[in-house]
Order: sequence, then C-alpha cells, then structure tokens
Amino acid sequence: MSQGLVADVIVIGAGIIGAACARALAQRGLKVLVLDAGWHGATAAGMGHLLVLDDNAAELALSQYSLQRWRELAPALPEGCAWRNNGTLWLAANAEEMAVAHSKYLNLLAHGEACELIGHATLRQREPELREGLEGGLLIKGDGILYAPAAARWMLDAANIRQQRARVSEVDGHRVRLDDGRWLSAEAVVLANGIQATELCPELPIEPKKGHLLITDRYPATVTHTLVELGYVTSAHNASGPSVACNIQPRPTGQLFIGASRQFGSLDPQVEGWMLAKMLKRAVDYMPGLAQLNGIRAWTGFRAASPDGLPLVGQHPQRQGLWLAVGHEGLGVTTAPATADLLVAQLFNETSPLAPQAYLPQRFLGEPVYA
Amino acid sequence: MNEITDLLIIGAGPAGMAAALAAAPSGARIVLLDDNPLPGGQIWRDGPQANLPGKARRLRDQLRACANVRCHAGTRVIACATDKTLLVEDAERGWQITYDRLILCTGARELLLPFPGWTLPGVTGAGGLQALIKGGLPVRGERLVIAGSGPLLLASAATAKQHGAQVLRIAEQASRANVLGFATQLPRWPGKFFQSFSLFDHHYRTDTHVLEALGRERLEGVRLQQQGKTIELACDRLACGFGLIPNTQLGQVLGCALEGRALAVDAWQATSRREHYAAGECTGFGGSELALVEGAIAGHAAVGHTAAAQRLWSRRARWQGFAQALNKAFALDARLKTLARADTLVCRCEDVSYGELAGHENWREAKLASRCGMGACQGRVCGAALEHLFGWTTPTPRPPFSPARIGSLLSLEETPPT
Amino acid sequence: MPEVFLDGRPLSVANGTSVAAALALGADGCSRTSISGQRRAPLCGMGICQECRVMIDGYRRLACQTVCRDGMQVQTLP
Repeated sequence: MSQGLVADVIVIGAGIIGAACARALAQRGLKVLVLDAGWHGATAAGMGHLLVLDDNAAELALSQYSLQRWRELAPALPEGCAWRNNGTLWLAANAEEMAVAHSKYLNLLAHGEACELIGHATLRQREPELREGLEGGLLIKGDGILYAPAAARWMLDAANIRQQRARVSEVDGHRVRLDDGRWLSAEAVVLANGIQATELCPELPIEPKKGHLLITDRYPATVTHTLVELGYVTSAHNASGPSVACNIQPRPTGQLFIGASRQFGSLDPQVEGWMLAKMLKRAVDYMPGLAQLNGIRAWTGFRAASPDGLPLVGQHPQRQGLWLAVGHEGLGVTTAPATADLLVAQLFNETSPLAPQAYLPQRFLGEPVYA
Repeated sequence: MNEITDLLIIGAGPAGMAAALAAAPSGARIVLLDDNPLPGGQIWRDGPQANLPGKARRLRDQLRACANVRCHAGTRVIACATDKTLLVEDAERGWQITYDRLILCTGARELLLPFPGWTLPGVTGAGGLQALIKGGLPVRGERLVIAGSGPLLLASAATAKQHGAQVLRIAEQASRANVLGFATQLPRWPGKFFQSFSLFDHHYRTDTHVLEALGRERLEGVRLQQQGKTIELACDRLACGFGLIPNTQLGQVLGCALEGRALAVDAWQATSRREHYAAGECTGFGGSELALVEGAIAGHAAVGHTAAAQRLWSRRARWQGFAQALNKAFALDARLKTLARADTLVCRCEDVSYGELAGHENWREAKLASRCGMGACQGRVCGAALEHLFGWTTPTPRPPFSPARIGSLLSLEETPPT
Repeated sequence: MPEVFLDGRPLSVANGTSVAAALALGADGCSRTSISGQRRAPLCGMGICQECRVMIDGYRRLACQTVCRDGMQVQTLP
C-alpha cells in the first residue's frame, strides 16, 4: 500500500454487493476500507430471494453462475444467514402462463438447471394452500433464500477489511471526500451503494423502484417453496405504472414473507396503504388462506434499477480509478458473488469467469476515455 | 365498509369515557373504541373477578344511555387509510372509520425490564397480574411476590389477596424516604389518603428490588435485594412491573408531537395536530382522577364547549400535583438497568439476549443485527426496555399498528392516492 | 357457563372468563413455545406483549383479550 492511501480499495456501501466485493478483494490480499453511511438500503429491506431469472441470456448467465457460487459458499455461512435451498415454484394461472412455464423449463434444462414441470393436481399436493384452479407450475430446485443482512455482516467480518461509518459526499476517481471534508485515497474506489449511487455520479442511469413487503406471524409448515406468479414476468417487469405480483416466501422461522410491488418515481419510504393492500390482494388471490393470517410488520425498500435490468459492473469509463457495482434491482442478493468475481477479474486484468460485456458500464456511459 | 363519525375517541378507560360523556350532550356523533373485551381501560377492567368501583359502573351506564355514542369493544386501530380515516379491526371484521375530530385516550402500559428468569411461566407484570386475575385467573392459595415500583404494586396485591392469594412480599424499589415523603403528602388528596389505608400491607418493603426469578420450567422462587441483603423466597407467582409508560404510538403516527415520553397537549388537551386531542395516561402518568378530568376537558374542547372545559382546569391542576408527586417518588433506581445478564433475553418475541444487543449504537442497528423488535409485539416490550436501559428511541410505527389479519388490511385498497 | 376446548380438552368456565384465565384453570397456563424452546405464559395481561398468542377457532388471537365463548376451540402454540 502506497503512502497516503488509506487502503488498496475503498468500497462505498456495506450492503450485500459492497460486502461481497470487499470479501473477494480481501481474499486476494488487498486491504479494503468499506464506508457506509448507516442508512440501510435494499439489503436490509429485501426478500433475500436467490433465484435464476431467464428474461434474457445475460441475466440467466449472471444469476445461474452466482447462485452456484452461493451454493459453494453455503456450508460456511453461519446459521443466522438462514440459507435454505427450498426452490422457487413459478405459478401458472392459466394455459397461456403454463406455456411460458414450459418454455422456461426447456430453456433452463438446456442450461443445466434442475427443474420440474408440475401439473395442477401435483401442484396442490406440493402446496396445499394454493387456490384451486391453477394450471400448474415450474419448480426450480436450485433456488433458495438467504437473510442478506447477516450474510453481508459475515462477509465483512474478515481480515483485511476495515469498516467505517461515514457518508461520502464526493467521488473523484480513486479518492473520496467524506462529509466531514476529509479526502481519502486508495488505488481504486468501488461504488456499491445502490440508489444513493446517483448522488455521487449523477450520470448513472439508476432509478429507484419502490417495493412494499409484509411479514406474517409464525405459521410453520404452511408453504414449502418460494411461490412466485408467472404473471410477475409479464406484468411486473414490463409495467411502467405501479404494479404488484404474487411472491410468497416461507421463512425458516415459519413466517410468511409477502411481496412484491413496484413503483417508480418515489423516494418516500412510507408504507402506502393502498399499495400494500393491492399487493396483499394479489397474494390472497393465489393463497386464499393468507387472509386469515396475521401480518405483523410491513415496510418498504428501494431497488436500484437500470434501464435494461442488468447491473453495471466494471470501470467507470470516464472516471479513472472508480469502479461500479450498482443497478442490481431485484437481483442484488442473488448476483452479489458474481458481481464480486466480475469486478475482481477486471481489477486484476484476469480472465472473467463470466462474459462481462453485458454488464459493463460503458453500455450506458459511453466508451472509455482513458487507456 | 365505512363508518362516519364527528368525534372518534380511542380508548374507553377513564379518560375516554369521560371524554365521551362530556361531548355527548352536544349531540355530536361519537364513536368510542377500545381494544379490551369491555370498556373501562385497565384500572376499571371488568371481568368475572373484577370489583368495579361504583363510579366506573355509573360512567358505563351513563354511556350506554347516550344514544349518540357508539362503543366498539375488542377493536384496534391497525392502519391509517387516508387523512382522518382509520382502518380498525375486531375479531370478526375490519372496517374504516372517518372522523372529524379525534381524542386519543390510549393510556399506558407497564414498563417491563428484563432480569434473569423473567421469561418463566409464572412471571407477569404487576398490573398484568391484576388484569389476569380480573379475567378469572385463579390465584387462591398461591404464594405471590409483587415487585417493581409504584402504587400499582399495592393495588395488584390487594386484588390478589381478595382472591385468596398469599402475598409474601411487596418489593418497592423506591427508597423509604421517597415513599414516606409521598405518603405524607397524600392528605392533599383525601380520597387517595383514605384509599392508601386499605392498600397498606405489612409485607411491603422499600429499597427492595428483584434480582432473579428462579425455576426451571416455571417459576419456583425469587431472589431479591432487600434493603442491602440478598434473600430468596419460594413462590408460585412473581408480578413485576416498573411503573407505567404512555402509549403514544398512534399519536405519533398521526403526527402529534411528544413531550418527553408522552403526547404533548395544551390547556385544552389539544395535541400539536389540529382537531386531534389527547387525554389520560398517554399524556403522562397520573392516575384515574387526572385521566377523568383530562378526558372531560378534551371532550368539551372537541365539541367547542370551551367554557365547560375551562371550568375543569383547576381540578386538573390539583390532580397534576398528585401526578408530579407520584412520578418523583417512584423514579427508577439506576441499579435496575443492570439486572440483566448477557444471556438474559430482552426481546421475548425473537429470543434476543442482552449480550447480543449491548454494544450497538441504536435501536435500528440492533434490530437489523439481531432481529430484536421484529416480532409480534412490534417492539412495545423490548423497545421500552431498551429505551430505559440504553436511551435508544424507537421510530414512529408503520402499519399494521398491531398484528392484524391480512383480510382486514385488504380494505385499504379502497383508498387509492388522490 | 361456557364450555371451551383447550387443545381438545373440555373446560367449563364462569361467564366472562378470559381465555388466558382458562389456560390456567384447565392446563398449565402456558400459551406458546418461544423460538428457543421455552414455554411462555401471559405476561402483560392487556394485549401488548403477545406472549399469550394462541389459535382460537382457527385464528391467531391473544388469550388475555379474548373472552371464552361456548364451543370455542383453543389451541396453544407448540
């Protein structure tokens, strides 16, 4: 480490992305300083759903690779991370959605993903709480769930990683200014602070996408797999207005975690009753018995969304010394290990374990201006 | 389903009932809500083993006779639907209530501090035991230790004795000087003075606090620090509460300012939010007499009867004096902050221990790291304890304001944003 | 005198008796088991602490805030 540098790498953001990046860098022997303002972003609020998504090839490659890395990491995770490999069961409400399930099934099989198409009778056997009349579903067996705040904390608790509570008010390539006026320098700075990234780099095409969540009291053994409606793919991702989709996750505690909603253009963290109700109604449509259960907490979070639904991972093409790991939207927890691996490979100029082009920041920010 | 009212009163304890009765002659439509099975709050909690004072019965009868007062028992407020519309639910259904004016009479709850063994079956709050006995809890022949702080200990002991319990000890943490100092002032309020005689118990000890609740599967005994000595008493129940703290959650959600730990009110019992009033223990602990007069003032003020409200100011001042004397005498000793050991649970819903919590900077950090406060009580028990132990303030609650059926929450969809 | 069923066992109680009291009259007074395996019983007696959560006629409710009704099915939480 050169004179005057506080670390080899400064990472801004101690959420799951920052934590994964810091860990990967530390494991390479680098001294890492992680700065976090203490505001608790998407990692604290989100569902911790680990899933493969195949809206496009790049998304599938990223999520599949990353989920495999989580599975490798799982035995080392402490119990508080609540890792479970309980699979995702995509629900088809009608023949049209079942056709989507079928083509997903073929695509995922072709990519080596263990999955199973399930007809309507079997569906009710597997998940008796689901309403009658669903067409069927697709079970993706490798998917799972994780309590991300604990995982992030565990990742940051390592030799070579120092954490500091600080707010960064300015970034200038490989150095940052804290809000107390001090400048800190490193060999590189990694921006991994979710929706706050645009405060430091207004040129980033990151939009906050508000989501509501609710968790129930403990009702063990009600649901086995994470249940997501296939309408999610069509309605939620493609809508521009506020939208909801059924997403019911059984927590190891026996609580049911209910999502999902999406709203653009709001930074108001308040729970909006009408939106919460809309989301709950959608979930109750799929699981009528939910109406009888008690919700004990509701909250909101903001996903950092990029225009093409893929994160920005790599060098900032205009600001030398600054690296980006932002824009993960609803796949932050899933793709954290992959993000870290992509970043490290680029930092060390090594062969990437995953083709990096689709995630490079220059696709939005323009070609690099420096060598 | 939507209910519309001119005046909504939350809480049907002494303050809420007094407010309703004060406002009723105006002819305004009044809705009175309470989350207990019957009106009366805690001090006038009714049940098969309750001994409702005459005054309480009279107020209840008077309320029933008011054609313009509708009382919903067993009903809780679970969300704000829109401006001046609340979502409420009872055992059967959820519905919305739209109001023009609101009076918060949400009362107080006991401060329950963690100490080793406090999670054992057989350990309850002091007011908690009294409430349970009123609801029919059998205590005949059981050996009781009552501990903590405040006159509630004596009231609870009296109820227990009336139902055949054997009170072994009443352990008041306040000093002898403080309690005597308070007792000598009682003649200022003759009613309380005479009441104190009936509550006197020769097992009462000042400068005494609980150290540990003993037992494996359930309570078998308690260890006390009694006037400098450590003693152990075998017993069947420990009823321990450290005074009362105001229930301000709904007030905070509605934007009412706090003063200290209570809802701030002016001479008209008006909060910082227009058309929203508060009365009773939620504005500061002071006993039922103070709650009654505050409730009446709020009721009069809420329907614009300012002269009637003003006529009660001097009575309120009298009882405020009592409240001040009370709060001063029974202030909590600093040693009560160090009863918990590292493995003593603080968050009972999520089983988070003291050792997991100490060292965090604030409530939010601790919550995220340990899940403390993420359980069904929504931090009402552990949050109050941690505020006392570490000074951590808890944030304004989000909906649902208590565990609520998802089916009830669905009706919030009827109020999309304007 | 209403008759309630506590984990299947019948118990007759006085009118107005709370389910919390019924648990003590007819069983060991416990309502649930905590996540670390401790049996718990009502603590605050007034609907705040959530220790007395039980199932009543298929719904999760607080025993201390619920009055026994004839035929009520009460299930303590394992």
